[in-house]
Amino acid sequence: MSGELLTLYVAAIALVGIAGLYYLLVTTNLIRALIGVELMMKAVTLSLILAGRLTGHVGLAQSLVITLIVVEVVVMVVAVGLILLVHRHTNRLNARELNNIKG
Amino acid sequence: MNDPIIDIVVLALLVLAAAWSVLSTRLLRAVIGLAFASILVTTLLFRLDSPLAAVFELSVCAGLISAVFLGAITLSQLETDQNIVEQAKERIRRYWYLPLLLLLVGVAIIHKTLPSIPDVPVVNEDVRQVLWTSRHLDLLGQVVILVAGAFGVTILFKEARKHER
Amino acid sequence: MLTLFVLVPLLVLLVLNVPWSHLLHLPSRHFPVHAPLLAVLSLGFANVVFGLALPALQVDVELPILNQLHFGFVADELTRVFLISIGLVVCAAALVSQRALASETSQRNFYSVMLISLAGMNGTVLLSDFFSLYVFLEVTGVASFILIAFEKNLFAVEGAFRYFLMSVVATVFMLASVGLIVLSLGDTSFSAVQLALKSPGATPGLLKTGVVLYMVGLFIKGGLVPFHGWLPGAYSAAPSGVSVLLAGIVTKVSGIYALVRLVRSVIGLDPSLSTVFLVVGSISIVVGAVAAMTQSDLKRVLAYSSISQVGYIVIALGAGTELGIVAATFHLFNHAIFKSLLFVDSASVESSIGTTDMGRMGGLGAKMPWTGATTGIGMMSAAGIPPFSGFWSKLLIIVALWKAEHEGFACLAVLASILTLGYFMAVQYRAFFGKPAENVTTAKESGPGFIIPAVVFALITVVIGAFFPLIENSPLSFLLLNKALPW
Repeated sequence: MSGELLTLYVAAIALVGIAGLYYLLVTTNLIRALIGVELMMKAVTLSLILAGRLTGHVGLAQSLVITLIVVEVVVMVVAVGLILLVHRHTNRLNARELNNIKG
Repeated sequence: MNDPIIDIVVLALLVLAAAWSVLSTRLLRAVIGLAFASILVTTLLFRLDSPLAAVFELSVCAGLISAVFLGAITLSQLETDQNIVEQAKERIRRYWYLPLLLLLVGVAIIHKTLPSIPDVPVVNEDVRQVLWTSRHLDLLGQVVILVAGAFGVTILFKEARKHER
Repeated sequence: MLTLFVLVPLLVLLVLNVPWSHLLHLPSRHFPVHAPLLAVLSLGFANVVFGLALPALQVDVELPILNQLHFGFVADELTRVFLISIGLVVCAAALVSQRALASETSQRNFYSVMLISLAGMNGTVLLSDFFSLYVFLEVTGVASFILIAFEKNLFAVEGAFRYFLMSVVATVFMLASVGLIVLSLGDTSFSAVQLALKSPGATPGLLKTGVVLYMVGLFIKGGLVPFHGWLPGAYSAAPSGVSVLLAGIVTKVSGIYALVRLVRSVIGLDPSLSTVFLVVGSISIVVGAVAAMTQSDLKRVLAYSSISQVGYIVIALGAGTELGIVAATFHLFNHAIFKSLLFVDSASVESSIGTTDMGRMGGLGAKMPWTGATTGIGMMSAAGIPPFSGFWSKLLIIVALWKAEHEGFACLAVLASILTLGYFMAVQYRAFFGKPAENVTTAKESGPGFIIPAVVFALITVVIGAFFPLIENSPLSFLLLNKALPW
């Protein structure tokens, strides 16, 4: 892979990851926080496959990514379950000001 | 073939989709942006000789996760129009420097071109075989976490009963 | 053989959740009501027994089916310490939770998820691969989220979600580092990385960055400062039994076990790493101890104290010597015991007077003698008072630091210990001595579900403390990782 293309890949991965992290830190809406998490996961997925492609270990990278996707989907579903429980109590999804937890 | 061009276009679209997802005012659009980003990632995975992972990414992330998010949005209150306007003003205040940040990081990375890496021949291993022979521990982990997920859904998604605390 | 540690909980889980009463057309009253609790207790007990007997079991047994199920699990002394700790804490947490579970269904669900947590933690301490470690940590994490949010009150769900958010950021770091490891090595097992780090000339930069990134992820999962934000909220909002589980073992397995394992089996004793451990450890010790003093809720005091004690474990790793690792492991085991003990007691108090707000406690000692006594023992062990076990492990840590010429940090450890003693004595006095507060007058001692684990753990603390000098040459020497002590 040419150096320029590799740089573009790394740049894209970094940008998507940063966007996701930023979103997660800044948003007050719980579902948007999950979208930020998902974006970070995509960045990591791409980086794993890229690493696999560059070293030739395509099979290993894919195995890791498949496991990663399965594991993270379960985590996401549980997180959505938590969000729905929050909603059931507060009727809003903007509960990022989790005051009871502070201190 | 136009090898690098496709990659470049898809990469650019991916970053744009991610930025759009983050910056959009309506939650629905953010989720659609995420799904679109998943499709783009799938394309990239295909380009990186990883068809199996690409298929997983497409069906699970673009499909299942979007469905789950849309379900969550539907089950909770949809934002009213007034809400959106207020939130939009809030967001501009908080989000205006994200595109700037992304631009800076992007330029910083591209500035220093990484060295060329020769195309290593793909190691001749079938993914399914790798999964079964050397990563069976992960498979066990997958089984356990799927069971955990089943319980999570059963426990967390139950409707409120009368004697709920 | 080792696979059974993970498979048996799963099989029991399956058995528990089959609708037997439907299948066999028997009315459900014929089935033991407490089957789920008994299942968890027996599996926890099995963990302890088999953990203790592990060397005897590692003889290659020619079992027909089991030989096909070789998952690459390995065990050493560190694993044994953890298997036993996991078993003990799971039993205690199960007993304590019994009271709060109303219906049969919720009992079954709760203990089933606890079995998953057990399977996940067992798997974590038995494996030897970076990526598999991530998978099983996620398993444990998911089980924890479900357990924390089990009673579905807003406080708990928020605590669980906050834990989830920080955990997922840690996951991203860990996965990114796995990417770097794949990039430099193409293999994610501990042995491959260890080999690569030892041999000069490989791409050390990339690999080292990967490992450091992985450790940052582990710091977050382990609740070390400055990533401890989720910990007090999660610990105090969770149902009492779950707090025992979290504080006693889950956080330790998630973060600290992995760190000790990495130092022991992968990285070795790297001086640059030691500095990181020393700094992070000492900050955690101080922040945890200082914050603990300002809390008015018993569970939060214990939560911040946990942060502080985990700081001790990490600072011991920072000593950079074999003795440091031994001290860290021993303190880890002791902390599992006395912190679980304290949380069991706090659960007992909560079930008795309905709150953990220390402002509303007072004079509990007269009404709840067992709870008061065991709390006293637990706190003295935590503060490092002889002859309890905590004293010996703290002593080992301080000796390890001193011998490694980190005298400043050793002094810090001693000072923080005094601080710990201070706030624990204050808590003990406020809650258990003095005039009974208004809602205390009707308080009664808690039932056996709380007393039994408390007494057992207190006994363990006392016995290990009293007989510590003899441990070195006894069958329990694996607690000290089979290493000789420097005196």
